Amino acid sequence: MTQLALVIDLNVCVGCHACVTSCKEWNTSGEAGPMTDKMPYGENPTGTFFNRVQTFEVGTFPNTETVHFPKSCLHCEEPPCVPVCPTGASYKRKQDGIVLVDYDKCIGCKYCSWACPYGARELDEKQRVMKKCTLCVDRIYDELLPEHERKPACVMSCPTSARLFGDVHDPDSEVSKAIRDSNGYQLMPEWGTNPANHYLPRRKVEIKIHTDELKRVDNPLSKEERKKHQAPGTGPSLDDMTTW
Amino acid sequence: MLLQASIKECLSSNNYLGNIMHPAFSVIFLTTLIGAAQGLFLALFTGQIFTTFKLMPEQNDPNFYIIGSVLSLMLLTLGLFASFFHLGHPERAWRSIARWRTSWLSREVIALPAMMIGVMAYGAAHFFDLTYPLFETPGGTGLDATLILGFITTVLTYTLFVCTGMIYACIKFLQEWHSPLTVINFILLGTASGFTLATALSAWLNTELSNFYATWAITFTVLALIFRFATVIRNQKITPKSDLRSAIGVRHPKVVQITQGFLGGSFNTREYFHGKSKAVLRNIKYIAFILVFVIPVILLVISLSSKGYFIPLLAILVQYVGLLAERWYFFADANHPQNLYYQNIA
Repeated sequence: MTQLALVIDLNVCVGCHACVTSCKEWNTSGEAGPMTDKMPYGENPTGTFFNRVQTFEVGTFPNTETVHFPKSCLHCEEPPCVPVCPTGASYKRKQDGIVLVDYDKCIGCKYCSWACPYGARELDEKQRVMKKCTLCVDRIYDELLPEHERKPACVMSCPTSARLFGDVHDPDSEVSKAIRDSNGYQLMPEWGTNPANHYLPRRKVEIKIHTDELKRVDNPLSKEERKKHQAPGTGPSLDDMTTW
Repeated sequence: MLLQASIKECLSSNNYLGNIMHPAFSVIFLTTLIGAAQGLFLALFTGQIFTTFKLMPEQNDPNFYIIGSVLSLMLLTLGLFASFFHLGHPERAWRSIARWRTSWLSREVIALPAMMIGVMAYGAAHFFDLTYPLFETPGGTGLDATLILGFITTVLTYTLFVCTGMIYACIKFLQEWHSPLTVINFILLGTASGFTLATALSAWLNTELSNFYATWAITFTVLALIFRFATVIRNQKITPKSDLRSAIGVRHPKVVQITQGFLGGSFNTREYFHGKSKAVLRNIKYIAFILVFVIPVILLVISLSSKGYFIPLLAILVQYVGLLAERWYFFADANHPQNLYYQNIA
């Protein structure tokens, strides 16, 4: 069984919002569109987005770290939003595990958004139906596109390649390898939703240097050692260090 | 800059620890109206059962049952009408019967019209005087069409209560709602308001039943008070299952959101933040407790020893306004874990 998903590397994400804008651009003009904006240049702009980049600060100054955190629908393997839908508009595809909304069946009751702990669903102000990330389902199967472009718009646009796309059920896929090798994890595992999207944690590269590597205690040729033995012939000589 | 300041103020006034879900008035009206209608029907049928099995002096004014059924049906219709305002596409509402196998909302959409038909049939049976005993119990009491229809409608009424309650109780993410207390409260509050309404109705029609109903209304109101109070205590002690650490998966005791990623509002900030202060929430809670429980019980006790329908009518009006406040508080009291992601703007 296939389960398509995104793997997002928080170690690489720089928080540039390219995925946010490319998602909006692709989907507002694609099958999932329009993603309505209200008063985009007004005092209180608002609109539908499938993807957001948020920023968190971890720790207390000066020991802080900034984490940029892209968030979209996680395409849960146990999606809590699907069984609560009274019309069946919200569904999970058997063939690839993508969770979708049928805009023609949705009555806009918002019940699915109550049942999503991640806040991944947004009611479109104009179409009055629930919308969410489609994993660019109208793009990834489009045979008119060259094969390397059959990926979600956000993945295509990421300048640091922080976003990977693939089948998390295939153990040899790029995403499965990344999850395995870089300790990929799921969000809010306590709810048992089993999200398909995974996140790769921040990784710090550190060189371990021990103090004796910086200061060699037994170096007979050090300045300090030599000062102790000023008189000729009393201190250590080169003969102590090497064999001829 | 002004906008940014005002949004910041709005967001900071409702941080995650306080008071979330933005209550929708359509749902508040739906649940309170149908609750009272369900309670009223239960009151009518309880009265009939007591009369039939001679547990109290004979009382056979068919008008009371007919007018009561019409009133119950009117409240159910009003509730149904209110619910349409909650939908983005009311014209597709019929589709919502499709997923009754998994969705409590779908089940409610089926149970509500079913109960309406039941109440209609019950009222019609009384209107056409279908009181000829169809068969007899071993005790010699004749069972007629009104009793059988009443029994079926009672089952439908409780089905609707359970469906309505479970819509909220089944969402495990809203820990304030995820409890059997939610269903119990819907049943008890609906029944209490229905019996209070029946008290006013029987007093208005000059039947002998008003003291009988007043006693039951007091009993149910006190019972509802006990369970609602227990819910408030329970909800004060809830520890949220999710926190920012599990929300973004960074293991550190101090994680703060710098920005939610956008300046203006979105569906997530509108639907799950009501923007009222904790003081307002607390006041609404107290107002609800006084209007739903304290004043109606006092008025009902007074009505036990007085004639006229004014006092019980006042009791139900006060109690209904109180229930609106109670339902508002019920929604606003719930904390949605998604709010962890919408704490700040930069």
